Amino acid sequence: MQPQLATQIHNLHLKNPVMTASGTFGYGEEFADFIDLGRLGGIVVKGTTGERRQGNDYPRMAETPAGMLNAVGLQNVGVATFCDEVYPRIKDTDTHIIVNVSGSSIEEYCAVAGRINELERIPAIELNISCPNVKKGGMGFGTKPDMAAQVVQAVRKVYGKTLIVKLTPNVTDIVEIARAVEQAGADSVSLINTVLGMAVDVERRRPMLSTVTGGLSGPCVKPLAVRMVWQVAHAVSIPVIGLGGIATAADALEFLMAGARAVEVGTANFIDPTATVKIIDGLEDYCVRHHIDDINDIIGII
Amino acid sequence: MKYITDFTVVGREAWGETYFSLTLQHPQTLPPVAAGQFAEVEVQDCREVTLRRPISIHDVDTVRNTLSLLVQIVGKGTRKLATLREGDKLNLVYPLGRGFALRGERPLLVGGGAGVAPLLHLAKCYCARGIRPTILLGGRSADLIPARERFAPYGTLLYTTDDGSLGERGLVTQHSHFDDGYDHICTCGPTPMMRAVARHALQQGISCELSLENMMACGIGACLCCVVKSDDGHRCVCKEGPVFDATGLSQWINQ
Repeated sequence: MQPQLATQIHNLHLKNPVMTASGTFGYGEEFADFIDLGRLGGIVVKGTTGERRQGNDYPRMAETPAGMLNAVGLQNVGVATFCDEVYPRIKDTDTHIIVNVSGSSIEEYCAVAGRINELERIPAIELNISCPNVKKGGMGFGTKPDMAAQVVQAVRKVYGKTLIVKLTPNVTDIVEIARAVEQAGADSVSLINTVLGMAVDVERRRPMLSTVTGGLSGPCVKPLAVRMVWQVAHAVSIPVIGLGGIATAADALEFLMAGARAVEVGTANFIDPTATVKIIDGLEDYCVRHHIDDINDIIGII
Repeated sequence: MKYITDFTVVGREAWGETYFSLTLQHPQTLPPVAAGQFAEVEVQDCREVTLRRPISIHDVDTVRNTLSLLVQIVGKGTRKLATLREGDKLNLVYPLGRGFALRGERPLLVGGGAGVAPLLHLAKCYCARGIRPTILLGGRSADLIPARERFAPYGTLLYTTDDGSLGERGLVTQHSHFDDGYDHICTCGPTPMMRAVARHALQQGISCELSLENMMACGIGACLCCVVKSDDGHRCVCKEGPVFDATGLSQWINQ
C-alpha cells in the first residue's frame, strides 16, 4: 500500500509535507525544467514588499563550511508587479503558492497582506518578521514578543486566509515569540529563518559581505533548527513548519519527528535543483521500509 | 531547457600550475549550448565546499557529445576539480544563462586569462556562420594565456602580453590592430580589461557584449546573490547574463 504523505497546515491540505523556502526557489518557474512542481506540498515564493526593492550591494553571498551566508536584502519586484505580472504566470501551478510577505512597518505588512488577500489562488501568506538583512523592520519585529504580536494582530485584521508567521532564531527564547504570535492570531509558525552570521576575507582583510553580517543557512544550522522546532512544537497548539538545512529525507524526518507538520527546503535547492522531489521520494521509501501507513503517525513523536 | 546530469571525464589537459581543461562526455545527444553559457559544476567529496562552481563552457562537440571546461585554479573548489582524471564522473547543471548574440560581420573577440574560455565556442559559432572573427588574447605573460593553440583554426589570432613574451607588449586595448574597423566586440576576462574594452566600444559607437563573472549560489536566478548593478538596477549575472550588452552597463563600465 502507498503510504499516506498528506498533512494539514490550518486550512491548507498539503499533498506531502515538503515545501520550498522563500528566497531559495524564486517563483518556482526557475525550477520547472528540473522537477514537476506539482509534486511539491507547496512553494513559498520570494519575499514581497510594498515597493520594488533593489536589495543590498554585491557581494551578497559567502560560502561557509556546510552552509552559506547571504545578504540579499529582500530584492523583489514589489507587490503591485507581483500581482500584475508574476501571479498570472504562476497561479495555475499544481501546488499551493504561498507568498512571503515582508516590510519595514506595520502599515507596509498590512498593505502587502491586504493586496495578496485578493489573489484567489494564493491560499496563505508567510509573514516574514525575521529577515536579518534589512536595516529597518524585518527581524526587528520578530525579536520582541510585543512587537511580533502587534504586527500579527494588525495583519490578521486584513488577511482572512491561512497566516503563517516566520520566526527568527536570533532571539534568547523563540518559544516566547511563538506563543506571542499564536495569541495574536497566527494560524501557523515556520522556523527558522537564517542565523545572523559573519565571515572575513583574511587576505583582503575585509568582510566577505557588503553588509558585513548576513544570514547563515544550510546543513550547518540544522541541529539548531531541529532543537527550536522541538521546543516550539511542545509550546504552541498551532501547526509548526520546520526549516533550516534540510537536504535529505532523513533531515526532513528529523524535523517531522521533532514536531513539524511540514518542512521547507531552502539552500539545498541551490546545490541540487531536484532536492525537493528526492526528499519526497525518500519520505515515501522511509514509510514503506518502516511500515508506516500515514506520515502523520510519526509527526511529533519526540 | 536546463538539465542536471552526470558526465564522464574523457580528457584532461593542463597549462602550467593554474589552468586546466576537462573534456566531458555524455551518453546522450547534447542540448544546444549557446556560446557564453555556463555550467554549475558539483565539487564532490570536499568538506570545505558547499556550493557548485559556475564554469563557462569552453567547447562543444556535438559529434562526440562532449563539452569542455577551461578552469583556473582559484580556490578550494577548483583545486578539487583539478584532481579529476579520465573515467571520473562530474555532475553538471547546464546550459545556464544568456550567451552571446553572434552579432556583427567583422567581430573582435577579446579575452584575458581564464576569460578566454567561452571565446573558443564563440569563435566556432561565428565560423559556422561563415564569419571568421579576429581573436585578441591577453595575459601577463605567454604561459598565462591558456589553450591559445586551440583558437588558431577559428580566426585571426592576435596576442598582447605585459612582458612581451608573446605578441605585442602591453594591454589588449593598446594592440596595433585593436581599432581595425570591427563592427562588434565580445569580451570576457578580468574586470579592468573588460571595462577598458567596453569604454572604447561605447566611445566608438561599436556594439559590445561583456561576459561577467560573479560569485553565485544557484546559477538559475533563484537566490539573487550574483547581481551586477546595471543602469536599471540589480540584474542576475547567472540568469540575465552572464553576457550583457555594454549599453545597459554604462555605470558599471565607467566605475
